Parts: sequence; C-alpha cells; structure tokens
Amino acid sequence: MEEKKDNEEKNKYVKELTQEKYKYGFTTDVHTEIIEKGLSEDVVRLISAKKQEPEWLLEFRLKAYRHWLTMEMPTWAHLDIPEIDYQAISYYADPTAQKKDAPKSLDEVDPELLKTFDKLGIPLEEQMALSGMAVDAVMDSVSVKTTFKETLMEKGIIFCSISEAVREHPDLVQKYLGSVVPYRDNFFAALNSAVFSDGSFVYIPKGVRCPMELSTYFRINAANTGQFERTLIVADDESYVSYLEGCTAPMRDENQLHAAIVEIVVHDRAEVKYSTVQNWYPGDAEGKGGVYNFVTKRGHCKGVDSKLSWTQVETGSAITWKYPSCILSGDNSQAEFYSVAVTNNYQQADTGTKMIHLGRNTKSTIISKGISAGKSQNSYRGLVRVAEKADGARNYSQCDSLLLGSQCGAHTFPYMDIRNETAIVEHEATTSKISEDQLFYCNQRGISTEDSIGLIVNGYAKEVINKLPMEFAVEAQKLLSISLEGSVG
Amino acid sequence: MLEIKDLHASINGKEILKGINLTIRDGEVHALMGQNGAGKSTLSNVLVGHPAYEVTKGSIIFNGKDLLEMSPEDRAHEGIFLSFQHPVEIPGVSMVNFMRAAVNEQRKYKGQPALTASEFLKLMREKRAIVELDGKLANRSVNEGFSGGEKKRNEIFQMAMLEPTFAILDETDSGLDVDALRIVAEGFNKLRTPQTSAMVITHYQRLLDYLKPDIVHVLLNGRIVKTGGPDLAQKIESRGFDWIKQEVNG
Repeated sequence: MEEKKDNEEKNKYVKELTQEKYKYGFTTDVHTEIIEKGLSEDVVRLISAKKQEPEWLLEFRLKAYRHWLTMEMPTWAHLDIPEIDYQAISYYADPTAQKKDAPKSLDEVDPELLKTFDKLGIPLEEQMALSGMAVDAVMDSVSVKTTFKETLMEKGIIFCSISEAVREHPDLVQKYLGSVVPYRDNFFAALNSAVFSDGSFVYIPKGVRCPMELSTYFRINAANTGQFERTLIVADDESYVSYLEGCTAPMRDENQLHAAIVEIVVHDRAEVKYSTVQNWYPGDAEGKGGVYNFVTKRGHCKGVDSKLSWTQVETGSAITWKYPSCILSGDNSQAEFYSVAVTNNYQQADTGTKMIHLGRNTKSTIISKGISAGKSQNSYRGLVRVAEKADGARNYSQCDSLLLGSQCGAHTFPYMDIRNETAIVEHEATTSKISEDQLFYCNQRGISTEDSIGLIVNGYAKEVINKLPMEFAVEAQKLLSISLEGSVG
Repeated sequence: MLEIKDLHASINGKEILKGINLTIRDGEVHALMGQNGAGKSTLSNVLVGHPAYEVTKGSIIFNGKDLLEMSPEDRAHEGIFLSFQHPVEIPGVSMVNFMRAAVNEQRKYKGQPALTASEFLKLMREKRAIVELDGKLANRSVNEGFSGGEKKRNEIFQMAMLEPTFAILDETDSGLDVDALRIVAEGFNKLRTPQTSAMVITHYQRLLDYLKPDIVHVLLNGRIVKTGGPDLAQKIESRGFDWIKQEVNG
C-alpha cells in the first residue's frame, strides 16, 4: 500500500515534469459559442450563415462537402492514424460570441482573450506589440483581432481575417480562393473547404514592399472542436511580403483535429517568404492526447521571376501530415523549402514538399532536417517533378536525419519525376546519430547533457533556423531544445 | 588536492583497476606510464566520470569533496579537465558556441555572471595565442576536419579557456610532430600556476622533457607497481617495462 502511494507520488511528479515542458498548455475560461457536434449539409449551411457569407461561398462549401463524402482518408503516409470520428467533432467555436444578456458592442474584445494572447507572448495592443510585426490572432474558429490594419491600408496592403475579406474584398477572395488548392485536391482539403472558419487574408498590391512582418497566431482553446483555418496570400507584381505563422493549443487528453489550407499566389517578380513555427500540443510522454495536424499548403509561382520560400520548424502535434509545396509555372521562378521537424516520445511526422517545375529555368531548393527521439517516427516525403516543357529546370535536395536513442525511426521517401532532359536534379541524404562520446565530451567541458543536445541539434538545424526572421529564430532555438528534453536517459 | 584510495573499477563487468592508491598535491605534475591495457585511460575516464565505467570499490576525494558523488559536468566545474586521447568531432557546433556554453556554465556554477559576447571573443583571442591555434579553426565546428595535431592543440586551447586546477593529459603527445609537441607542451606550461596539478599519461620521454614531472608512476595490470622521480621515466625510455614486470613477479 505504502509502495503504491510512493509510486503514485512519483508518477505525479513525472507527469508534472513532462507537462512543464509545454508551457502553452493552459486553457482560457471564456464564454464560447460552440455548435453541436457532427457534420452534415446543415452544419455547412449553419457555418456559412453564422459568417453571413454570400451565396457563391456557400455553394463552394457545399460542393466541397459533397465531394468530401465521396473520398477516403489517405493511408499512404508513414503514419499510424487512429480512426477519426468526424461526427464527434464540433466544427465551429466562437469565443468572441456575446452572452445573451451581455451588452452588445462589436468593437470590444473580451479582456480574457487579450490576456490569453498576452500570455502567449503576442500582445494585441498596438502600442505594446512587437516592433515591425502585425498580427492576426485567431482563436478556435474566429479571428479575435488584427493589429496595424490601418497602418498597412495606407500602403494599400490588405491584412485581415478571411471572414472580413469575404465581406470587404469579395472579388479578390472569389478570384483566388481554391485557385491553388482546389477542394478536390485531397481528403483534408475537401473537408477544410467545406467547414473552414477563420484564417488570414493578405493582399500586397503592385510594387509594394510590405514594411512589416505579417503574422497569424492560431490558438485552439475549446475542447472537442476542430480548427479549420484558411489562409490566402496574394502578392501582386513586384511586391514583397514576409509572413509568419505560429500555433499552440492547450494540453488535453483527447486528440484534437486541425486541418488547414494555406494558398499563396505570387505574381511577376514578386517574392513571398512564409515561415511557420508549429508548436501544437504534442501529447504527453505516454502518447496520450495531442493535435492531429493535417495541413495542405501550396504556393503558385505564377509570375515570371517570382519567388516563394517556405521555412518551417515543426515541433508540436501528435501527428503531422504536411507538405508545403510550390508550383513553378512562371519562367525563371524560384522556390525554397527549409524544414526542421522534431519528433519525441510517441509523435509521428510525415512531412516534406512537392516542387512542380512547369516553367523554363525554374529553380528549387529543398533542405530538410529531421530529428527523431524517444519512440517517435519521422519521415521526409518529397516529390520533384520536371514537366516536359520545363527546360533548364534545377533542383537541389538535401535530406538529413538525426537520431537520438535507438527506439525512434527516421525515413526518407524522395520521389522524382523528370520528363525534360535538360533538367539538373541533385539529391543528397545523410543519417547521423548523437553519440554517447559526443555527449560525454560536452559533459567533460561542463555542459549538461540536455544543453549539449540543444547545442548539437541547433547546430544541425542552423541552416534552416537562419532562414527565420530574428525573433522567431530565437524562439525556435529554445523550442528545439525544450522539445527534446528528457529524450536521452 | 586529489586523493585516490583503493580504487577498483570495471567496464562491461571486467575489472580493469584493481586497487589504485594515489595522492597528488597542489602544483605537482605526475606522470603515469605503462603498457597498453594497463588501465591508464580507465583511470582518467573514472576521474572524469565516464558513464561506461563502474567504480566497484574505493574513494576519490578532490579538494575535500567526494568526486564519485558528482556528475561529470560538476567535476568539470570543480576544476577537472581531461585532454582526450581521441577528441570527438561535433558537426554543426562551432567552437565559439561550444566554448561559450562551457565557459558560461562554469561561471554560473561559481555564481559569476555570464560573459558578454565581446568579453568572450576577447578571451578566445588571448587564449588562442597560447597554443598558436589558427583563428579559422576556432570558427569551424568542434574538431571537425581538424588534423590529429590540430585536435590536440584544440584540447590545450580548451584547457586555457577553462583554467582547470587539475588537468589530465591522456596521450596528448600521440600523433604530434616535434614542432606541434613543443607548442602544445609549452602552451601547457604557460597555463600552469603554482596551484595547478596534472596527471600526464604518456609512453614517451619527449613530452616529459618539457613538462618535467615531479613524480612518475608505473601502472601494471590495474595497480601502481612502481613510483619514482623523473629518472624512472628515463629508465623506462631506455629499458622498457620488462625489468619492472620481473621485479613485480620476482
């Protein structure tokens, strides 16, 4: 009996210790209007009605929903995905909804929500905000607030929630929504197209260089809900924007579904940099809980000399299924994919990119760094396709895997489909392991094992981290070390 | 400073050290000689707390503290430094970041504030000069692509940065040409203070010519079987170990 109690004490301590590592795991107690669980045409209509959408968008949603019904969940990824009951999820949660008896004021944001974002390090008061960064803060299904909107508008830049864009800039949204990721694209894209709630919309007009970083911070708060955000970025000719995305969620024992779409259109000589630090709740050390992250991200380098760069640091989620891709149809267009994916404990990640070369002299670079620890599985999956007419296409791919311990797995699935003889495609891959000798060498110099792993991992991921904007790079470095804490016994 | 009593240690269940007794006082340099497999490297690994070795009996007291109770990093913070026989390469970790972490961890342990970037780089430049280490090497990853001689020089450079009170040189002379040996040995001598003591493991007299040990020990089959002055090393250089073995067995 005594012993049992001792063990319980110990387990409690271990639990506290492992949970401490995820410092974003709190929940916000705020009145949230959540619609009934389940998915049907009525639910799709209800979401559309709540957002007071025009008829064309409801039609788009319904077509997507009907198509989704004909599809099966993809099984080709190197992932062990438990069955997901799509009828057990609520598809819309609005933390900004006013209680019935509360006085109605549309401009006021519940201070609890502002506090939440403060706690996450994302102050939404413009005078307190990070310098040079505008933020769209999304909680559950609704955009809470977008900062610096007016400042940006002076330059003609549109930065707002996608719901607002549908109301204020319907022509732009209708022109581009689904133009890069059609709703038929895949199972999760169809689902998202049917039920997407909020997300950000960015339009950079011709010749404008966006003077500040734009960012969206996604937060899941409500229980038993899915988050289905949708982001659309359009960079008109000769424009430039750097966009950042961050995400966190509370620690819950149940898994939560997140299925997003990001579409980017890059016109002539324009450049878009898209950076992600994905830190959804990864589940606990025993693999309980965590976010299922099924995301379709794709950019279209439509214009000549256009440029798109994806940088991602993936440390969170129980399951990650994500392949930020580029269609290079503009002549001389360029695309980059820089990725660090960390998996620990029971996390699973299947991530990579697709580079589709259609235009002449198009160029793509893929740098992928996988880090696996614990009992996790980490896969790189990439496709390089060079179409018949893509003369002079070039691709360089480098896929490295780093293993900590002997119970984790690292896998590489590079696919190539080259249909033009002038193409030059290079692929390099390495697998390495942090050795006991390396750790001991650091220990002897006075550096603890966890700090040593942090040093080694950050050194290994440096090429990718350096691509991130300054504030994010520092955060990402810390995150890499924290994610791997306790991974070497 | 260092007091080892009846130390027994094994690796993978095999006993290598079978009762080592050794006392090293402040400022003394001890040479440890012996054939391959005698237990020299095991002793140095046990002193720095390598996890592969298990201490089965005995004690090690360092400056009044029980060394065996301390983690490897705390032993380092307490002033113990090992110049590795085979320094490992750590790709991706620059020497600058590596040393900065090491120096600041030590300062934290001692309750001192971390060095600023400019203070630290100044310190690096000063210490690099002691072992004539190329500035370019300091910007590379730890030991990556270093020649054998450069790795050894890099070990002494790290010693200069961390200013240990007790240094273990495990075959620091192996793989060094005459010039590199002189630079490394002279560098080590420059770093010595009246309080610094050292244990030097070597097969050759040429390193001891520079380091001038106070006491020379011969290790045989896990025990110190003979202890003498500098002349003992010279005798081994000319006559080998067989006469000692005969003495022990006879």
